Amino acid sequence: MLAMPETEAPMPEESVASRDDVALVAALRAGDEAAFTELVGRYGALMLRVARLYVPTRAIAEEVVQETWLGVLRGIGRFEGRSSLKTWVFRILTNTAQTRGAREGRTLPFSALAQRELDNDEASVDPDRFIPQGERWAGYWASSPRRFDDLPESRLASAETFAAVKHAIDELPEVQRAVITMRDIAGFTAEDVCETLALSQGNQRVLLHRARTKVRQALERHLGEGVA
Amino acid sequence: MASELTCQELVELVTEFVEGTLSGSELERFEQHLVYCGPCTAHVEQMRETIRVTGALREDDLDPAVADELLEAFRGWREGQP
Repeated sequence: MLAMPETEAPMPEESVASRDDVALVAALRAGDEAAFTELVGRYGALMLRVARLYVPTRAIAEEVVQETWLGVLRGIGRFEGRSSLKTWVFRILTNTAQTRGAREGRTLPFSALAQRELDNDEASVDPDRFIPQGERWAGYWASSPRRFDDLPESRLASAETFAAVKHAIDELPEVQRAVITMRDIAGFTAEDVCETLALSQGNQRVLLHRARTKVRQALERHLGEGVA
Repeated sequence: MASELTCQELVELVTEFVEGTLSGSELERFEQHLVYCGPCTAHVEQMRETIRVTGALREDDLDPAVADELLEAFRGWREGQP
């Protein structure tokens, strides 16, 4: 059964189906291929990435994505717009992936994968950047970080800068990579991510914080190059 | 009166600050610190800029072979529709 659960808390305003969603759903119901291609283009790669969190191989993740789309198409007649279309699609995805993952026996279930990343205690900023314990002003910056926004936009929005950020995201542990991609690239709300990945608000935030922190470090390194 | 945050403590709270999830007293300590701390103000700005630059990225395109298979599945579904 792929319909949404009946007991729904009122949805936060931003995750209720948008006008764009309504048009896409109508087009899908009418069998419009362009609408389908549009949605696959928007979410396909992210769906594959999220599916991969639950199943042991990429090939199985691809099957999960395909199965999800079939579920979406079969259920589209019942989509009521009480959540955004993407939340609804990703809910079907994680349900499908979880079922498949349990059957395939993924070495590490998703919850353990997330827990491992949460247990790993990491400082947000290299401790060497702060005045050491025992000294006056311990825990304060030893030297100030430089603002990014006083750099020219041409440097901030350069292809090299985007490449550095993309590389940093690719290097993240997989759950953090999924969380930052959903939140900061695909525009999911915190609630959407918590629900999709079954994370608590607090854990979602810790994972997002760690991901953003590492991207910030990469950006600082990149933007510091060639600066005296 | 709660003790002041150090910079090293503040950097752990930036996402909660940006997400608006700090409690009233935590938020007050955070904002108090920013009032006099230029370096932390710069750090928070770096985090905001990081979010902005990340947000300008696009997700990768799906492997065309996978996209083609999905399109085939879609056509199959459509044909089966009344």
